[in-house]
Amino acid sequence: MSTLPKRHPQVLRGRSLSANNRDRLISLASPVMLLLLWEISVRAGVLDARFFPAPSTVLETLLVLIRDGSLWANTWASLQRLFWGFLLGGVPGLLLGIAMGLNRPLRALVDPLVAATYPIPKSAIFPLILLIFGLGEASKIVMVAIGVFYPVLVNSLTGVLEINPIYLDVGRNFGANRWQVFRTIAFPGAVPHIMSGVKLGIGMGLILISIAEMIGAKSGLGVMIWNAWEILSVETMYVGLLVIALLGFLFSMILNEVERGIIPWKKSH
Amino acid sequence: MGIAPITPDAHAGGPSVKIRLRNLTKTFATGHGPVTALDDVSLDIPSGCFFMIVGPSGCGKTTLLRILAGLDTPTSGSVEVSAPAAGRPGNSMVFQGQSLFPWMTVFQNAAYGLSMRKRPQAEIAEIVGHYLNRTGLSKFSNAYPHQLSGGMQQRVSIARAFANDPDVFLMDEPFSALDEQNKLLLQEELLRIWEETRKTVLFITHSVDEAVTLGDRIMIMTAQPGRAKQIVDVPFERPREVLGLRALPAYGELVYSIWGQLRDEVQRARAQDEESVKA
Repeated sequence: MSTLPKRHPQVLRGRSLSANNRDRLISLASPVMLLLLWEISVRAGVLDARFFPAPSTVLETLLVLIRDGSLWANTWASLQRLFWGFLLGGVPGLLLGIAMGLNRPLRALVDPLVAATYPIPKSAIFPLILLIFGLGEASKIVMVAIGVFYPVLVNSLTGVLEINPIYLDVGRNFGANRWQVFRTIAFPGAVPHIMSGVKLGIGMGLILISIAEMIGAKSGLGVMIWNAWEILSVETMYVGLLVIALLGFLFSMILNEVERGIIPWKKSH
Repeated sequence: MGIAPITPDAHAGGPSVKIRLRNLTKTFATGHGPVTALDDVSLDIPSGCFFMIVGPSGCGKTTLLRILAGLDTPTSGSVEVSAPAAGRPGNSMVFQGQSLFPWMTVFQNAAYGLSMRKRPQAEIAEIVGHYLNRTGLSKFSNAYPHQLSGGMQQRVSIARAFANDPDVFLMDEPFSALDEQNKLLLQEELLRIWEETRKTVLFITHSVDEAVTLGDRIMIMTAQPGRAKQIVDVPFERPREVLGLRALPAYGELVYSIWGQLRDEVQRARAQDEESVKA
């Protein structure tokens, strides 16, 4: 009886860890260096502080906006819209994508529709969305949903199509019904691709929520940035950008963790 | 064209027939026109027989198995299989190569058939536990397939089929990717597990050694289009001991005579391959 093969020989692990540490140090140092350079340039008068306020001034504004509660209120409003839009677009995208992967006629039916509507810039249909769903929450949520829907659908479909056909044969031979094939083969087999779709979808959602909130919203990060433009508070604009960037970073970190948790069969991470 | 049940009066008197093929033909459409994979194969497989099919690659062996497994349909001809006992699946296949779900543990893989039939958890744990034990995999029941060697993976595959408790086992060159030592061990293991129930097995191989070692009866197939060339009975008693068997003079003689039959076919298959490369 042999034992389980080890994942990494010890020697290799030691070497790759120090390489990892070095990489981590570099990726930490590069933004810090950039900020430092920025700060110095503004103070030296090389950069125009009206367009590029120094990081220290942005930080001050950030603290002010945190203290008066408006930053949190706006971030929370955007997060809620992102959440509902994500559910509204992601779940149908996932289900339809997998169903299309398993069912040729359905794929033939829906594929041309997706191909025709996917390339339309989502920002271009926002006026139409406003017309249909009004100025309230619904139009913002629908925008996010549309942005999330396509990448999740396309990636789920690809994920199912790339499943080794032998797994579907096993399912049939062992008597799996449609739902069981979906649950035990198509979904787990497509999960790695689905996760890429979800990541792309979240990125798209962040872009679209910022655009959508600039028109006809009363709260949200988009509104905050837009208002800052109107009163020429450039620092507040930077705070908005910073928070959006942080959200994007946070989401991708969370998704990487989720991926690690739900794909334990992957050989390496 | 589906798989019909065998009518009871058809085998009155003789030993009961488990699988009956009549004039089975399968044609595939390809870019170079239709290719006949199986040509007019007729065959009776008795119940409880360890039936081997040996033939050159591309002779339609796998097609035959896939038709029986319900994964493919014949172009013409009929397939009759005697109905399994209530609640028992008709057949389970041991696939060639990597067919375990990478996203399931060894236990979940081996339990697949039973879970799909929604058997109670306790029953699944007991049956799967038994076959993982029989295949020496108990310790690895929570491992994922990629953590196992090729031989261990194929043992899970065998455990999956046996745990499903079907009427007929279909085995598609399950050991062809393994090295000689592992192959020998797995053949022995398979025979030991099979002895517990002695259910009908249809086993495909390109190895004459394997056919003689495992089988009760061997069908030699022709190169494409696949036809039944000859059927040979294997006289060795059971239970068999793989290495001991190979020491018998009769073993060598049988392998030699089957090779004589097969050699022409392998050469024909080779000529066909060379032809198609030129074309």
